[in-house]
Amino acid sequence: MFKRLRPFLALGLVLSVFFLGGCSNSYVIFDPKGPVAAQQKDLILYSIGLMAIILVVVYVLFTVILVKYRENRKDLSNYDPHNHGSKKLETIWTIIPIIIIIALAIPTVKVIYDLEKSTDTSSKPKAPLVINATAVDWKWIFSYPKQGIETVNYINIPKDRPVLFKLTSADSMSSFWVPQLGGQKYAMSGMETELYLQADELGTFEGRNSNFNGEGFTHQTFNVHSVSQADFDKWTADMKSKSPKLTKEQYDKLMLQGHVKKTMTFSSTHLKWVNHAHEADYAVKTRERLGVVPQNPHGSKAKDANKPESDSKGDS
Amino acid sequence: MKWDEFFVTGDPLIYGADVSIALTTVGILFYLTYFKKWKWLWTEWITTVDHKKLGIMYIAAAVLMMFRGGVDALLMRVQLATPDAKFLDSQHYNEIFTTHGTIMIIFMAMPFLIGLINVVIPLQIGARDVAFPYLNAVSFWTFFIGAMLFNISFVIGGSPSAGWTSYMPLAGNELSPGPGQNYYLLGLQIAGIGTLLTGINFLVTILKMRAPGMTLFRMPMFTWSALVTMVIIVFAFPILTIALALMTFDRLFGAHFFTLQGAGMDMLWANLFWLWGHPEVYIVILPAFGMFSEIISAFSRKTLFGYKAMVWAMVIIAAYSFMVWVHHFFTMGSGALVNSVFSITTMIIGIPTGIKIFNWLFTMYKGRISFTTPMLWSLGFIINFVIGGVTGVMLAMAAADYQYHNTYFLIAHFHYVLIGGTVYACFAGLIYWYPKMFGHRLNERIGKWVFWLFNIGFNVCFFPQFLLGFDGMPRRVYTYSAASGWGPLNMVSTIGGFVMGLAFLLFVYCLYYSFRYAKREVAGDPWGVGRTLEWATTSTVPPHYNFAVIPTVTGLDPVETFRNQKIDTKPKLADLKPIHMPDYSGVPFVMAVFFFIAGFGLVFEWYWMGIVGLIGVFITMIIRSFDRNEGFYVGLEEIKETERINE
Ligand code: HEM
Ligand SMILES: [Cu+2]
Repeated sequence: MFKRLRPFLALGLVLSVFFLGGCSNSYVIFDPKGPVAAQQKDLILYSIGLMAIILVVVYVLFTVILVKYRENRKDLSNYDPHNHGSKKLETIWTIIPIIIIIALAIPTVKVIYDLEKSTDTSSKPKAPLVINATAVDWKWIFSYPKQGIETVNYINIPKDRPVLFKLTSADSMSSFWVPQLGGQKYAMSGMETELYLQADELGTFEGRNSNFNGEGFTHQTFNVHSVSQADFDKWTADMKSKSPKLTKEQYDKLMLQGHVKKTMTFSSTHLKWVNHAHEADYAVKTRERLGVVPQNPHGSKAKDANKPESDSKGDS
Repeated sequence: MKWDEFFVTGDPLIYGADVSIALTTVGILFYLTYFKKWKWLWTEWITTVDHKKLGIMYIAAAVLMMFRGGVDALLMRVQLATPDAKFLDSQHYNEIFTTHGTIMIIFMAMPFLIGLINVVIPLQIGARDVAFPYLNAVSFWTFFIGAMLFNISFVIGGSPSAGWTSYMPLAGNELSPGPGQNYYLLGLQIAGIGTLLTGINFLVTILKMRAPGMTLFRMPMFTWSALVTMVIIVFAFPILTIALALMTFDRLFGAHFFTLQGAGMDMLWANLFWLWGHPEVYIVILPAFGMFSEIISAFSRKTLFGYKAMVWAMVIIAAYSFMVWVHHFFTMGSGALVNSVFSITTMIIGIPTGIKIFNWLFTMYKGRISFTTPMLWSLGFIINFVIGGVTGVMLAMAAADYQYHNTYFLIAHFHYVLIGGTVYACFAGLIYWYPKMFGHRLNERIGKWVFWLFNIGFNVCFFPQFLLGFDGMPRRVYTYSAASGWGPLNMVSTIGGFVMGLAFLLFVYCLYYSFRYAKREVAGDPWGVGRTLEWATTSTVPPHYNFAVIPTVTGLDPVETFRNQKIDTKPKLADLKPIHMPDYSGVPFVMAVFFFIAGFGLVFEWYWMGIVGLIGVFITMIIRSFDRNEGFYVGLEEIKETERINE
C-alpha cells in the first residue's frame, strides 16, 4: 500500500521544500527596503506560517485515513458504512477555522489602516515629500509640485522620509508598484489615489506598472533612487537650474503611445495646465488633435507602421 | 474594411492554423458525406432535445475548447520559458492570454460542468428529462455558436487583447480599436443567454421533477450543488449581460459608460465585471464539489459525512459569493474600511470551504477506499485544492494582497483552484459517468497514467509560479529580462505545462483505446458502488426515456438501499404506462445560426447583417410560439422490448 502513497508523500516533501524556499530573502517581496514593504513582509510570513499548519493538518489526516481505510487492508472490522457525521468533530472543524480567521483578520485590518497613513509615526512627523505620478501609455511621468521639477521614468527620493504618491493615469487603469518599497495601488484616469512609501536604505529599486494596459505594458518600468536628504536637495537644485523647461508641445508629444528611449528631467511640471485626475480625456484628445488615430492592430495601416515597441515617438 | 484586414495575416502560426482549420473542415465534410452521416447527424444530434445527448455534445465541445485553450497556454509557456524570447510579439501574446482565459472559463469549464449536469442530474433525481427540453437545446446551441464566434476571431479580424477581464477604458475603442474586442462582447453575450437559460431550466427541473420520496434533504450532493449553482447563475448572469451590453453600446454606438471621454467610469466596469466574476468562480467550483462528494462517497463505500453541513456550506458559499467581489481590486484605493470589510467577508468564505474538505476526509474515514481513476482525481483534488484555498485566504488579506495582486502568485492561486478543483472534477466526473454515456468504462491503467502525469505536470507547472509571484513577476508580461532572475523557475513551469499537455493527449488516446477494446457493460451500475438513482437504470446507457417506472426514494443513497435490501428495481409489467416525451426540433439550431449571423455582423459593425440575423432569431421564436406540437407517447410495446419484459 505504501507504494501507492509514495508519490503523495514525495509530492508533500517537494512542496514543503518549496515553501521553505519561499521564505528565503532572495525574493523581492521578502527583501523590503522600507517600512511599508517590511510590514507587508511580516504579515505575509505570519500568514504563511498559519497556512502551513493547516496544510500539515490536512495532509497528515489525509495520509493516515488513506492508509488505514484502504480497501485491501487485512482487517475490515473497522469498516462502518453508516458512520455519517459527528457533532463534536464538525464543531471542532468549524471553530478552528473561525479562530484562524480571527487570527488573520486582526493584523490584516491593522496593517490596512496603517498603510493609509504616513509612514512617519513619530510624535513630530516629517512632512511627506509629495510626488504626482501619472501613467501614460507606456511611461511614467513624475511631478514634484513643491520643487517644480518633472521626471520621466525615474525618481529620486530622500531616504528615511515619507513620500506621498498622488497617482493618476492619462490612459487605461495602471498600477504603481515598487515591490521592495511596498504594495501597489491603481492609477486611474479622472481619479487620484494616494500611496505612502518610504525607503530606509540607499539604493536603486525597480518600479513598474503591474496592471495590464496594452502592447507596451511589459516595458512600462521606472527606477526609484533612494538618496540622502542632502543629495536629494542638491539634485533638486541642480535640476531646477540646469534642466529645460517642459513645454506644452513636448508634453503633448509624451501623450502619444510609446516608450521613451532615455529618462528625462524638466525644471517645470505639467500640473500648471493639466491634471489628469480632473481631465480624463486629455491624452485621447491630444492624440486626436495631433492627428494620431488609434489603429486596429490587424488593420493594414498598423501593419505598415512601426510597432510601438521600437517606437520613440515620445522621445524629446 | 479591406479584405486583408478581414483575414488575419502576417504570422506563420496563424497561417498554420488556417491550413489546419481548412483541412479539418474538409476532412469532416468528407467523412460525413462519404459515410452518408449527414442525416444521422441531423436527426440524432443537431435536432435532439434529449438531455443525455445534449450533455454529451456539451462535453465534446468543452474538450475541444480545452484543446484550443491548452494550445494557447503552451504557446504562452514557450514564450515565457526563457528570458527575452522572441517567439511571440507583445500583441500576439496579449491576444493569446486573452483568448486562453476567456475560453477556459466560459467555453471550457462551464460547458464541461453543464454537460455533466445535463447527463447526470435528470437521472439522479429520477426524471425523464429536464423541465424544458426544447429550451435546453436552445441553451446548448447558443453556447456553442457563441463559442464558435469567439474562436474564429484569431483567423478572421483578429482576437481581443484586453484580457478576459477586459478592463475599461483599455477595452474601449479609444485604446483597442478593431473587431477583436467586439468578438469578446458578442461571443460572451450569445453564450451567456444559453447559460442563463440553463440556470432557469435546471432550477425548475430540480425543484419540480424529483422522484417520489426525494425530499430536498434526500437529494444527492451533486444535485444539491447543481441547484445552488443554478441559483447563482440566475442572479449573476444578468449582471454580465448588462455589463456586456453597456460596453457594446460604448464600442458600437458611441456611448460613454466606461470610456475616457465623456466622463465614463472605468471603475464601474471593474465592479460590474467582478460582481458577476466572483460568483462565476463559484459557478465553476460548486458542481465540482458535488461530483467529488458523490465519487468519494461511492469509492469509500460510505454515506457522505456531514450531509447537512455540506449542504449548508454550499448555501452559505453561494450567498457570500455576492459579497466579496471587491477583493479583486483591493488596490483601487477604496479606503481602509471597505478593504477591511471585504477582506473579512472573503476570509469567511474560506470557513465553509474548509468544512467541506474535512467532511470529504471523514467520508473516507472508516470506509473501504478503492483507488479507481475517478477516486484518484478526487484525492488529487483534495491535495491541490487545499493549496488553492489557503493561498486564496492569503490573497484575501488586503494589506498583503497589495504585494500579490497582478503577480504570478495570483495566477498560481486560481489555477490551483480552477485546475485542481474544476478540471480535476471534469476528469473525475467524465470517467465516473462515462459508462452512462457510452456503455463502457475507460481503461483504468491508461487512466492512472494520465492522472499521475497530469498531477505531477500540474504541480511542476504552477507551484513555481507562487515563488515567481514572491519575486515580483507581474502577470501578463510577454517577456522579462535575464537580470530579473525569473528564468529558471519559468523554465520549470513550462516543462510542467508540457507534461500536462502530454497527459491530455494520453487521455484522448485512452478514449480511443477504450472505445476499441473496453468491455461493453450491460448492468445499470457497472462500478458496483453507485449510490444514487442514475445507477438504477435498467441498462448501462439509459433508454431515451430514462426510467420505464420512476423509482420511489426512501432515503439518501437509494441504490445502496436497493442493493443492501435486495430490492429488485426491474420494472413490472403491471406498472408500465405509455411515456410522454418531447419531439426533437431543428429550430434551436437554426436560431443559433441566426444568432451567429447577427453576432458576426455586429462584430464588424455591418448593421444590415446584424439586423438580418436578429430578425431571423425573432422569426424562430415566433415559429416556436405557434408550434402546437405536444410531443409523443412511447408505446408499451417499445417499453417492453427495451426493458426486456416478457408477458
Ligand atoms: C477559499 C476560497 C477562496 C478565496 C479566499 C479566494 C480569494 C481570492 C482573492 C482575494 C482573489 C483576488 C486576488 C487579486 O486579484 O489580487 C482571487 C482571485 C481569483 N480567484 Fe480565488 N479565492 C478562493 C477560491 C477560489 C475558487 C474556488 C476559484 C475558482 C474555481 C477561484 C478563482 C479565482 C480567480 C479566477 C481569480 C482571479 C481572476 C483574475 O484576476 O483574472 N478562487 N481569489
Ligand atoms: Cu473572487
